[in-house]
Amino acid sequence: MDIFLQQLINGIVLGSIYSLVALGYTLVYGIMGLINFAHGDIVMVGAMVAFTVIHLLSGSGLPMFLIAGIGILAAILVCMAVGYLIEKVAYRPLRGAPRLAPLITAIGVSMLLQNLAMMIWGRGYLSFPALLPAISIPVAGAGISAVQILIVCASAAMMSGLSFLVKKTKLGNAMRATAQNREVATLMGVNANAIISITFIIGSALAAVAGVMVSAYYGVAHYDMGFILGLKAFTAAVLGGIGNIEGAMLGGLLLGIIESMGAGYLGAITGGVMGSNY
Amino acid sequence: MMQGAKLLEVEHVSKNFGGLAALSNVSLTICQGEIYALIGPNGAGKTTLFNVLTGICRPDSGNFRLNGVEMGGKKPSAMAEAGIARTFQNIRLFSNMSAIENVMVGRHCRTKAGILGAIFKDRATRAEEKSIREKAAHLLEYTGIARHAHMLARNLSYGDQRRLEIARALATEPLLLALDEPAAGMNHSETDSLGTLLEAIRADGITILLIEHDVKLVMGICDRLAVLNFGEKIAEGTPTEVGKNPHVIEAYLGGS
Amino acid sequence: MTKVLKWALLASILAILPFLTDFAFGKTWVRILDFALLYAMLALGLNIVVGFAGLLDLGYVAFFAVGAYFYALLASPHFGLHLPFWLLLPAGAFVAGLFGVLLGAPTLRLRGDYLAIVTLGFGEIIRIFLNNLNAPYNITGGPQGINLIDPIKLGSFALNHPVGGSIPSVYNYYYLFLILALLAAFVSKRLQYSRIGRAWVAIREDEIAAEAMGINTRNTKLLAFAMGASFGGLSGGLFAGFEGFVSPESFTLMESIMILCMVVLGGMGHVRGVILGAILLSIVPEALRYVGPLQESLFGKVYADPSSLRMLIFGLALILVMLLRPAGLWPSPTRKRELSAQGETAKHENDGVYDAGR
Ligand SMILES: Nc1ncnc2c1ncn2[C@@H]1O[C@H](COP(=O)(O)OP(=O)(O)OP(=O)(O)O)[C@@H](O)[C@H]1O
Ligand SMILES: [Mg+2]
Repeated sequence: MDIFLQQLINGIVLGSIYSLVALGYTLVYGIMGLINFAHGDIVMVGAMVAFTVIHLLSGSGLPMFLIAGIGILAAILVCMAVGYLIEKVAYRPLRGAPRLAPLITAIGVSMLLQNLAMMIWGRGYLSFPALLPAISIPVAGAGISAVQILIVCASAAMMSGLSFLVKKTKLGNAMRATAQNREVATLMGVNANAIISITFIIGSALAAVAGVMVSAYYGVAHYDMGFILGLKAFTAAVLGGIGNIEGAMLGGLLLGIIESMGAGYLGAITGGVMGSNY
Repeated sequence: MMQGAKLLEVEHVSKNFGGLAALSNVSLTICQGEIYALIGPNGAGKTTLFNVLTGICRPDSGNFRLNGVEMGGKKPSAMAEAGIARTFQNIRLFSNMSAIENVMVGRHCRTKAGILGAIFKDRATRAEEKSIREKAAHLLEYTGIARHAHMLARNLSYGDQRRLEIARALATEPLLLALDEPAAGMNHSETDSLGTLLEAIRADGITILLIEHDVKLVMGICDRLAVLNFGEKIAEGTPTEVGKNPHVIEAYLGGS
Repeated sequence: MTKVLKWALLASILAILPFLTDFAFGKTWVRILDFALLYAMLALGLNIVVGFAGLLDLGYVAFFAVGAYFYALLASPHFGLHLPFWLLLPAGAFVAGLFGVLLGAPTLRLRGDYLAIVTLGFGEIIRIFLNNLNAPYNITGGPQGINLIDPIKLGSFALNHPVGGSIPSVYNYYYLFLILALLAAFVSKRLQYSRIGRAWVAIREDEIAAEAMGINTRNTKLLAFAMGASFGGLSGGLFAGFEGFVSPESFTLMESIMILCMVVLGGMGHVRGVILGAILLSIVPEALRYVGPLQESLFGKVYADPSSLRMLIFGLALILVMLLRPAGLWPSPTRKRELSAQGETAKHENDGVYDAGR
């Protein structure tokens, strides 16, 4: 089997998930200059909600793709609501407060979500049901699984959708205006608060999808899966120039590829000094 | 009317931003003890020249000398140490520090207490700290804002903030004080008293380089002036000479 | 006179605090007090970097780790070295300071949030190295860490032994940490009101203006990193001697985040506020350990997993405190003015107009 090609494929898959999460960081950062520490945990909430819904429906006799679809939809809706609430309760009151204050509430929200999740879903690893049959298509000595194809396609579709939204629509215009200068945008008749809410909602929806993807890919969900994932995605966002949408996508891909190449080769080269955790 | 020795000699300085020539081949000489004004329409490159002189941006070509010493390419802090102090067009005070603390920061490059001095507060450090405070208080008095000494800089009125910037710059004991539109946003009486302040500073032996849009102020107090337009120096001389220059009249009337 | 009285009262409370605590809550709580003091030193160090100089450092725990491992390696059977603590503590602070400069140097050009991620990365890198430097040569002991570290000794008297058979060791450490924490607070205050301290704040407020006023921002920022790191290194050495055991697990990102929370929640840039933040955030999570037993006694049954309920309450508390007091629990007087400034500005603006006629 061709290790290089296989790692490249794995890297791209991982990278597209990172990109989706990184977009959430970048959108929020671009618009209000805040590192939303709780974003990774929204990813986790998405995975958990999808897990529960799929589990509940799995005995209902519905076809698997329908169950998966309902699960993802539920995850998206719940995450949107959570994202909206977080912004409204924990960040909005702190506009104009010292810059680090919302960072601390973000950390608080992150703890809150993680521990709530631990109380609801327990401490253990939940084994996430397989959404697609485990077929693998051979490609030049490597293999691509159905899940991997779906992940890459879905991420690509969502990212192009987002690009279109931000660049070509009226809402996107308002978002960019708010990012540039909130006061001026407000003077021009943009409802900045609404725009910020919408940004959070969009970011959370992307996070929900990413959460389902990650869990479907690795087959597990866990209450603190969001923390490390969030950290990596945040790194990706910074790598691509935080606040910059294309940058976040590229940064995510790059980080995914680096990570999976690192896992493939670096361990062997450095004798395990540089693990795959960074 | 060139008096005194040459303090600042700017030679063939050019600076481009992308395709835009913010400064092209600008040369000028400022003499010890004069008030030299720099005027020109918006976007003419005046602030850019200041940024070059204070090391905030590097010229693409050309050089300048202070008291005969080559200065091109030095860091901003080195420029301040060498004796060029400035104010900013869009006020850049340390807004959450009190007025007097702002001025005390200006003393930084003329004092030397380090970490150990700070911790042990030996006699030399205490004496230095006292002199910093006294000098700062004096400068606040001198610029007429002593009564606001303990107010946060951000809470001062616009005019007082501009004065505070001048006090802070003076605290570095400059040879050349570069003022970027110090009268912007001031009313008539404020502008008048600013003129008096500038005269006083000059009388103390400090050379002033002044960017100003207020024609009355400029023509009233400067000894010589240069006119920039689209990055080029189009005229130089005494106020009367420049006032008659057809290029200047065209730049101002044609431009607007 | 009342001021003297107040200080005397405070001093005597601090002096008998371990006895009171032990009497009321038991020895575990004296140990928690010890840790609170250790965290106070750490928070004061981070406050220099974040609070004074305005450099957001998310990897501060790295310096704590450097200090701890420095002490552990040179005073344990690991290499068979047993250097005295009075040499190791200052040397550890110094080495950590060097690390501060080393890690600070590449980040100097970065703006706030980029700085945050890079420092975070450095923090993790140091931890990963500690975790993995046990092969091919065993330098750090790997994930197991280093054991049997020498306790801190004053003369021939080891602090981990009870005094005269009656005063337990946690008391000894309490007094040592108290003295050093007070020293850290004193140094912080001295730094704050000095030429260097003003330069730090100036850089925090406006870097370009600071530079134009002749402040060498590179050196001054490095100085902040070094000073902050040396506080961390000192605390690290104390931690190693106190615990007798170090491992990479104690130096996670979460730890850096907690220390940052202490600084911000207490009142960034305000020495007393930061100490308050450190003490609260080290005591509250411990106190919340009682939510388990409390549930049982109230409802006769444990409904929610106590450890997650505890951190959940803690997270909620962080949110609530910041919402209610955005500048921290005990902000510096200036900070308070900053926040109420909006209303005042208009008034001063008018003053300005009238004054101008002068
Ligand atoms: N950092 C920069 N990057 C790109 N362009 C710049 C930069 N600084 C200045 N410019 C451009 O250079 C030109 C000269 O600007 P400058 O600020 O020097 O003008 P000015 O004479 O001070 O004008 P004003 O009277 O409006 O202050 C302008 O067109 C400006 O947009
Ligand atoms: Mg200008």
